[in-house]
Amino acid sequence: MATTITEVPVFDLTREHFLRDMRRLAEKAAPAWLVKARAEGAANFADTVWPHSKMEEWRDTNIGALVDTEYYSMTTLPRHTLAAFDTSPHRIEGWINLVFVDGFFDAAISDTSDLPKGAVAGSLAAAIAGPAQDLVKRHLGSCLGARSAYTALNTAFIQDGPFLYVPQGVELDRPVHFLCIATERQENVVSHYRALLVLEAMAKATVAVTSVAMGAGENHFDNVVEEIVLGDGAALTHCAVIDAGTTGRRLCTTETRQGRDSRFDSYSITLGGAIVRNQMCVMLGEPGAETHLNGLYLNAAAALIDNNLHVTHAATNCTSRIAYKGVLDGASRSVFTGRVLVVRGAQKTDSMQLNNNLLLSDTARVESRPQLEIYADDVKCTHGSTVGPPPPEIVFYFRSRGVDEKTARGMLTYGFAEDLAGRIPDPALRRQLDGIIYRRFSPGING
Amino acid sequence: MLEICDLHASIAGKEILKGINLSVKEGEVHAIMGPNGSGKSTLAQVLAGHEAYEVDLEKSRVTFLGQDLLDLPAEERARLGLFLAFQYPVEIPGISNSYFLQASLNEIRKSRGLEELDAMDFDGLLQEKMKMVEIDPGFASRAVNAGFSGGEKKRNEILQLAVLEPRLAILDETDSGLDIDALRVVSEGVNRLRSPNRAFVLVTHYQRLLDYIVPDFVHVLYKGRIVKSGGRELALELEEKGYDWIKTEEDAGVPA
Repeated sequence: MATTITEVPVFDLTREHFLRDMRRLAEKAAPAWLVKARAEGAANFADTVWPHSKMEEWRDTNIGALVDTEYYSMTTLPRHTLAAFDTSPHRIEGWINLVFVDGFFDAAISDTSDLPKGAVAGSLAAAIAGPAQDLVKRHLGSCLGARSAYTALNTAFIQDGPFLYVPQGVELDRPVHFLCIATERQENVVSHYRALLVLEAMAKATVAVTSVAMGAGENHFDNVVEEIVLGDGAALTHCAVIDAGTTGRRLCTTETRQGRDSRFDSYSITLGGAIVRNQMCVMLGEPGAETHLNGLYLNAAAALIDNNLHVTHAATNCTSRIAYKGVLDGASRSVFTGRVLVVRGAQKTDSMQLNNNLLLSDTARVESRPQLEIYADDVKCTHGSTVGPPPPEIVFYFRSRGVDEKTARGMLTYGFAEDLAGRIPDPALRRQLDGIIYRRFSPGING
Repeated sequence: MLEICDLHASIAGKEILKGINLSVKEGEVHAIMGPNGSGKSTLAQVLAGHEAYEVDLEKSRVTFLGQDLLDLPAEERARLGLFLAFQYPVEIPGISNSYFLQASLNEIRKSRGLEELDAMDFDGLLQEKMKMVEIDPGFASRAVNAGFSGGEKKRNEILQLAVLEPRLAILDETDSGLDIDALRVVSEGVNRLRSPNRAFVLVTHYQRLLDYIVPDFVHVLYKGRIVKSGGRELALELEEKGYDWIKTEEDAGVPA
């Protein structure tokens, strides 16, 4: 498993760029603990190798392009306003919509959050500067597992990103939508979103994080770290919708730490992007915790979408369910890795994972790797994966009803994808996603 | 309406249909019976345009409503008014019955120059047809055949038949696996859909369906050919004597 350092590619130019921007950020005023955290991030980044294809976890995912590009950090560039951009199609009706532009909160186009007493939804920057600072200090970085170059990079640039705090026993009656928009820019821009979602014991909330790219020709890179802390008995429904356009690049690391009897329902939906890697790590560290990771990726053209899931069963009686589906077209490349680790003593673990891929072209490729690593003897664990075109007998059934093959395949693809989107409990978000999927696959069908 | 002349078809190099001749006129109900493996289901699938079967186009001629059927892809046969009720209807996860049927009906309407039905008009039509074939209205929003019982799947085929209103309906062993109540519902549905300009071909192994849907003609298929034709009494005779009677006669070389 050891990596030989000598074979590691070096990206000096990019590294210099990042280090330059780190120095500029250090000139800005910040609390001492944050300055220290960033400095640690910077040091870790300097020490850690950038992922490359000789690493097992990155075998089929080449993100060399991300360090071959000369990126400018948003820290040092003038910010855009979105006056000319209509955000309404991306807002979710009835939700609290909080808008971030190129990594920074924009209060002017956000809804005012009307939350129960003690709950906070908004921007990490505001939380750091305000009374919630102690909360941030306590939890930030507490979920991060193994150190990697890009999470270290994110830590070195911690400034802003979605922030949610729900106190003990409180249930949010309105769901919160963090809408993250990448604007069109001349330069190659990197945004280091840092998100922190904390639900105390018995708290309950529904959250969506949408990432969209504005306009065409954008060349942005989102390097996101999201930490989720669920207290005992807490329940979070979390939907991530990623539409990074045709050229957007994205590394997203979501790390969730679950308390006793807590429940995490995740829906990860990737609709576009040139390079997208969603890393989702869940630590089931207390008995009775339950995690449901659902995913959908619609991959086309020459894009690369990689979903990398790690679930650690570190306590007894925990449940995990992984259900990821992919629609693969064009010459796209997709990678699915679902690694479930059951540590010694994590008895009565109940784990199932399934990865289904619908293949629409001869040139699309997918690597599907469900993995189980079990060190306990009283567990129930299953995994499976499928890859294939729409079943011919189903296509014939459509044709025998007057529907031609092309339309049938479109409808089948819609059905395949909608099967997952249809499980999202919130009706407004479900309708919105259903509309997107429907428009993509069922042209010309009268709804 | 349907003229089949010397139809030969094979699958994976094995000839299944060895010269079928059959003429079906508007308003008629034909039953095609025969022992397992005689080619009944193959005939149904070939007429619907399943491409797994290779039709010998040198010998075979099939016309439907004056058009050369063998020339047409499956979807165009359906648009012309041919309907196959499947022996094993497939499950389509993620696509609701109403969405499926609306798309289907609109494709057929479009091909005939008729205006497509919007969701509201279609819903009204669907509710009415569901009542007719005694299907719970909740089925409209359920995924096509997904998790349906055997009887529900067959009933769903009859619902599609009722909505699409074909000129010729081929029912492939629609009675198999049905309990007596489901058989009654399916048969009553079919009987209500009988009309002077619509014909039915019932493919069945058992006589009991014909107690409910009384055919005008009965044909016996054996080893890829129709070896006997007659009226309803032929089915009763088969019920009494079993298929061994046909087999013995045929295998001994008695001409059909």
